Amino acid sequence: MNSMILRATSRLILPAALIFSVYVLLRGHNEPGGGFIGGLIAAAGIAVHAIPRGRVSLTQLIFASPKTYIGTGLVIALASGLPAFWLAQPYLMHQWPFQAIALGTTLIFDIGVYLVVIGAVLSFLFYYLEE
Amino acid sequence: MTADLLLTLPVLAPAIGVALCALAWSHPLLQRLISLAASLGLLCASVALLLAVRDGTVIATQFGGWAPPFGISFVGDMFSAAMVLITGLMAVAVGIYGLVGDVEARENAFYHVLYQGLLLGVTGAFLTGDIFNLYVWFEIMLISSFGLLSLGGTREQLDAGIKYVTLNLIATTFFLMSVAFLYGMTGTLNMADLARVIPTLENQGLVTALALMFLATFGAKAAVFPLFYWLPAAYHTASAPIVAIFAALLTKVGVYAIIRTFTLLFDGDAGYTGPIVTAVAIFTMVTGVLGAAAHFDIRRILSFHIVSQIGYMLFGIAVATPLAIGGSILYVIHHIIVKANLFLIAGVVNRAGGSFDLKQTGGLYRTMPMLGVLFLIPALSLAGLPPLSGFWSKFTVIKASLEAGHIVLATAGLAVGILTLYSMIKIWNEAFWKAAPDQSGQTMRRWQADRRARIIMLSPVVVLAAITLTIGLFAEPFVDYSLRAGEQLLDKSAYIDAVFGAPAQVTEARP
Repeated sequence: MNSMILRATSRLILPAALIFSVYVLLRGHNEPGGGFIGGLIAAAGIAVHAIPRGRVSLTQLIFASPKTYIGTGLVIALASGLPAFWLAQPYLMHQWPFQAIALGTTLIFDIGVYLVVIGAVLSFLFYYLEE
Repeated sequence: MTADLLLTLPVLAPAIGVALCALAWSHPLLQRLISLAASLGLLCASVALLLAVRDGTVIATQFGGWAPPFGISFVGDMFSAAMVLITGLMAVAVGIYGLVGDVEARENAFYHVLYQGLLLGVTGAFLTGDIFNLYVWFEIMLISSFGLLSLGGTREQLDAGIKYVTLNLIATTFFLMSVAFLYGMTGTLNMADLARVIPTLENQGLVTALALMFLATFGAKAAVFPLFYWLPAAYHTASAPIVAIFAALLTKVGVYAIIRTFTLLFDGDAGYTGPIVTAVAIFTMVTGVLGAAAHFDIRRILSFHIVSQIGYMLFGIAVATPLAIGGSILYVIHHIIVKANLFLIAGVVNRAGGSFDLKQTGGLYRTMPMLGVLFLIPALSLAGLPPLSGFWSKFTVIKASLEAGHIVLATAGLAVGILTLYSMIKIWNEAFWKAAPDQSGQTMRRWQADRRARIIMLSPVVVLAAITLTIGLFAEPFVDYSLRAGEQLLDKSAYIDAVFGAPAQVTEARP
C-alpha cells in the first residue's frame, strides 16, 4: 500500500512512538505502563513505517527477523528470574542490587516482554506486507 | 535441591526450549538439538521432582516470592509429579520419533517451537496451584496445539483446526466465566486458599452449581460425553508424532483438572455430582467405543478410543473412594503410555504399509512380525488383558466401583473392555493379518531400505512397550504409588499446609 500520506506521517510517528515506548517501558515500574504496553506502542510505530514501504524496509529497520526478537525477548525475560535461584529464593523473585536507585531485575524482565511483544506483532504484520 | 528449583525446572526446561528454538528459527538442525535437550531436561527435572515427593510430602513454591494467596503458587504432590514425569517421558519418546517422516515440512512451520510450547502448557497445568493460572496454561496449550494441528496447512487440516480451536475456545471461555464466579464468591483464586474457604461458604447450593460448571469446562477439555465432538473431528488429520503427543497429553490435562478440583475444591457435594459423573462416564465409554467400531482409518479408531478410555478415568470421581481415585490415577498413567504408543505404531503402519486406511494396507505381519508383537502389547493392554498394564488399572477401578456398589458402572466398564478388544483385533486383522494389497510392495521396500527411519521410529515404540510390560509384570510399585497418591488427594490439609506454611517461601539470606 503505497500511500503518500502514510509515508509522510510515518517519518514523524516512528521516532515519536519509539521514544514514547521507551518512556512507557521505564515508567511501568510504579505507574501504569511497562513492557507490554511499551512494546505495543513501538510495534505500532514500526508498523506505520513498514506498511507503505513493504517487507524489505521492515527488515532493514529492525535489522533482524521479528522471530529473532521473540526469541531474544523470551531468553531475556526467562533469564531475569535466574539470579533468584543462586540466592536460594523462588524463581522470578526480583533483585535490587543498588540501594539508591530502583534498578533491578524487573526492568530486565520488562525489556524481555517489550521485545517479545514487538516481535509477535511484527511477525503477524510481516505476512501482510508487500514484497 | 530446594522446592523452588524442583517445581520450577519442569516448566523452565520447555520454556527455555521455546525461547531458544524461536531464536534459532532459521536453523532446523539446531532446533532439533535444542528441542531434544529441552525434552531431556524436562524428563530429568521430573524424575528429581518425583523422587522428592514420592514419600508423600507435598512441596510448594511461590513465584516471585509473593506470599499466598496473592502470588502464584506451584504445588507438587504425588499425583502431579507422576503426571509431569509421564509428560517428560512422552516429550522425549515422541520428540525422537518426530525426527523422521515429513520433519522438514514441519520444521518450516515452527514445529519445535510449538512442540515445546505444548509441553510448557501441559507441565504448567499439572503443577500450578492457582486456578486462574491454570486457565493461562490451558490457553498456552490450546494455541500451541492449534498451531501443531494446522501445521501442514492442507484444506483438511485447516478445517479440523478451525473446529478444534473454536470448540476449545468456547470451553476455555466457559472456564474463565466459572473462575470469575468462583472469585466473586470466595475472593481468592489460590487453590489451597479455595480449599479452606469453600466449605465455610453460606450458599452451598451455588457451590454445587459452580462445581458442575467446572465439570463441564474440564469435561470438554477431557473429551467426555456429550462434549467430546471436537476430538474425533480434529485428531485424524495431523501427522503421527503430533497426534501421538496430543493423544497422550491434551485430554489427560482435562482429566487431571477434574480430579484435582473435585478432590481439593468440590468434594463437599459428592452426593450430587457423583451420579452425574457416573452417567457421564458410562456414556463416554460406550459412545467412544461404538464410534470406533464404525471406522477404518486407524487414527479415527484410536481417536474414538481416547474418548472411550476417558470414561474409565472418571471412575475415581464417580465412585469417590480412595481406591477408585488411586485406580483413576493408575489408569491415566497406563493410558498415556499405551495410547501414545498405539499412535506411534499407526505412524509406522502408515509409512511401511502405505496408508492409515486399514482397507489399503495389510500383510504387515508377514514382512514385520516384530511390529505385530509391538502392536499387540499396547493394543491388548488397552483392552485390559492380563498381564499388561491395562489389566491392573481396569481391575483397580472396577474393583473399586463394585465395592462401592456401582454395578451398572462396573458392568459398562467390563463390556466396553470387550468392545475395545474388538477394535484392536480389527486393526490387527486388517493391517497385519490379511494379505497385502498389490501396490504396497513399493512402500515396504522403501521402508526396509531406510534403516535410519526404522531405528528412529521403532526405538520409542520399543521403549514404551517395555514400560507397558513393566507396569504389567511388576505392578506392585505402580499400584502402590497410585493408591497412595489417591489417598494423598483426599487429605487436603497436606496440600494447604504446603502452600501456606511452606518453608520454601521463606526468604533467607544467602547461605
